[in-house]
Amino acid sequence: MMTQLFIIIMGVILVNNYVLAQFLGICPFLGVSKKLNSAVGMSLAVTFVMVLSTVATWPIQTFLLDRFNIGYMQTVVFILVIAALVQLVELALKKYMPPLYRSLGVYLPLITTNCCVLGVTVNNIDSSYNFIESIANSFGAGIGFLLAMVLFAGIRGKMENSDIPEVLKGVPSVLIAASILSVSFMGFSGVVEGIFG
Amino acid sequence: MVYLTPILIVCVTGIVAGVLLTIAAKIMFVPADERVEQLTEALPGANCGGCGFAGCSDYASAIVNDGADINLCPVGGPAVSALLAGIMGVEAGSAEGEYAVVLCGGYDNKTNKIFEYDGIPSCKAVKTLYGGAGACGHGCLGYGDCVEACQFDAIGVVNGVAWVDRNNCLGCKACVKACPNGIITMVPRHNLTYVACSSTDKGAVTRKACEAGCIACGKCVKVCKFDAIKVENNKAVIDPVKCKNCGMCVKECPTHAIVKLPKPPKAAAAAAN
Repeated sequence: MMTQLFIIIMGVILVNNYVLAQFLGICPFLGVSKKLNSAVGMSLAVTFVMVLSTVATWPIQTFLLDRFNIGYMQTVVFILVIAALVQLVELALKKYMPPLYRSLGVYLPLITTNCCVLGVTVNNIDSSYNFIESIANSFGAGIGFLLAMVLFAGIRGKMENSDIPEVLKGVPSVLIAASILSVSFMGFSGVVEGIFG
Repeated sequence: MVYLTPILIVCVTGIVAGVLLTIAAKIMFVPADERVEQLTEALPGANCGGCGFAGCSDYASAIVNDGADINLCPVGGPAVSALLAGIMGVEAGSAEGEYAVVLCGGYDNKTNKIFEYDGIPSCKAVKTLYGGAGACGHGCLGYGDCVEACQFDAIGVVNGVAWVDRNNCLGCKACVKACPNGIITMVPRHNLTYVACSSTDKGAVTRKACEAGCIACGKCVKVCKFDAIKVENNKAVIDPVKCKNCGMCVKECPTHAIVKLPKPPKAAAAAAN
């Protein structure tokens, strides 16, 4: 059981990285990766919301949507639930944990409807994970997001000090760097299964 | 029934979420500090960053949450400080504003050129080539990086040297940060006399490069009755607090490196204070 969970977590961090291999959550990946601090803050917020949404959506899928055979309403219901949940968490944090609320800042509402959060919850169902496995998968997805953000923040830091041709300055160079990073992650495919399988 | 179930379930989910959120918002209501909003409105909204914070609203929240001083806004000056003090319920204190001054008198006909520069018209760019086209490595480069930085149209380049227009200068320090040679500095608003040279080279070297440079002869130090001038690093420095703008040093300076600005009209002076 532990090995199974470990494979899921490592697999989703390295092989099926949500940003670099599945191309979900590209918006925060490009938008918030300028500074390491905000990149880490954003990633932790994403991890937190991913795990929380899984805790909420998995039972809804299993006990509500599947029971009434309306699995096709998944997307609508999940978005609804995740949005409401993040709002609720925001209210709770504001009241009971102001320091955490301030450090997450604007990122928390930003990721309310982020596709990587929705993607993780939907993927959990599609991969027919059980509850524990789903949580492990969401946690791993969040850590994978963190890894991608931190790596990319480092790359962007280097890029700012380098002499880039005028045509590639700004977004083009960032996109090229992102694609190279993504290609480099392709090298991990099969690694986890090879080690644990 | 085929259509009804999904509609019902989604609606019920939505209503449940809505009700929960409403209840949560009531229970976990946090009274927001209205003063932040009031302060933001009282501030000029220039967002120049002169106070040291990211913008006017950032400064406002810093006043309320971190106890930042209320007299940091260079744009609004004492008038805004008084407004802020009123909102926060504290004493305003006396904050005299500052003006930027460009410490260089090396106009086109004064400073020798070592080459003709024909590249990108930017001070930063020309500085990368032997420290600039002028023979003096400390002078105004004259390509107006400060002019670009100024949001208030208060600085311009005249005869190759930047010039601050005190009618428009609000003391936001944007030009100070923009100057690659660091020759722009801030002085209190009452101060009119300053040494228009930043050269730390030895007197003879300065002399060769520029007619208007301070050669650190020390004549001004002797003539000053208020002990306001010192010679440091091969240049005279006037202490703006001790200086009474008497103008003795201006007459004494052999290279006319000390400049005294004309007194502003009374009305303008009153507004400035």
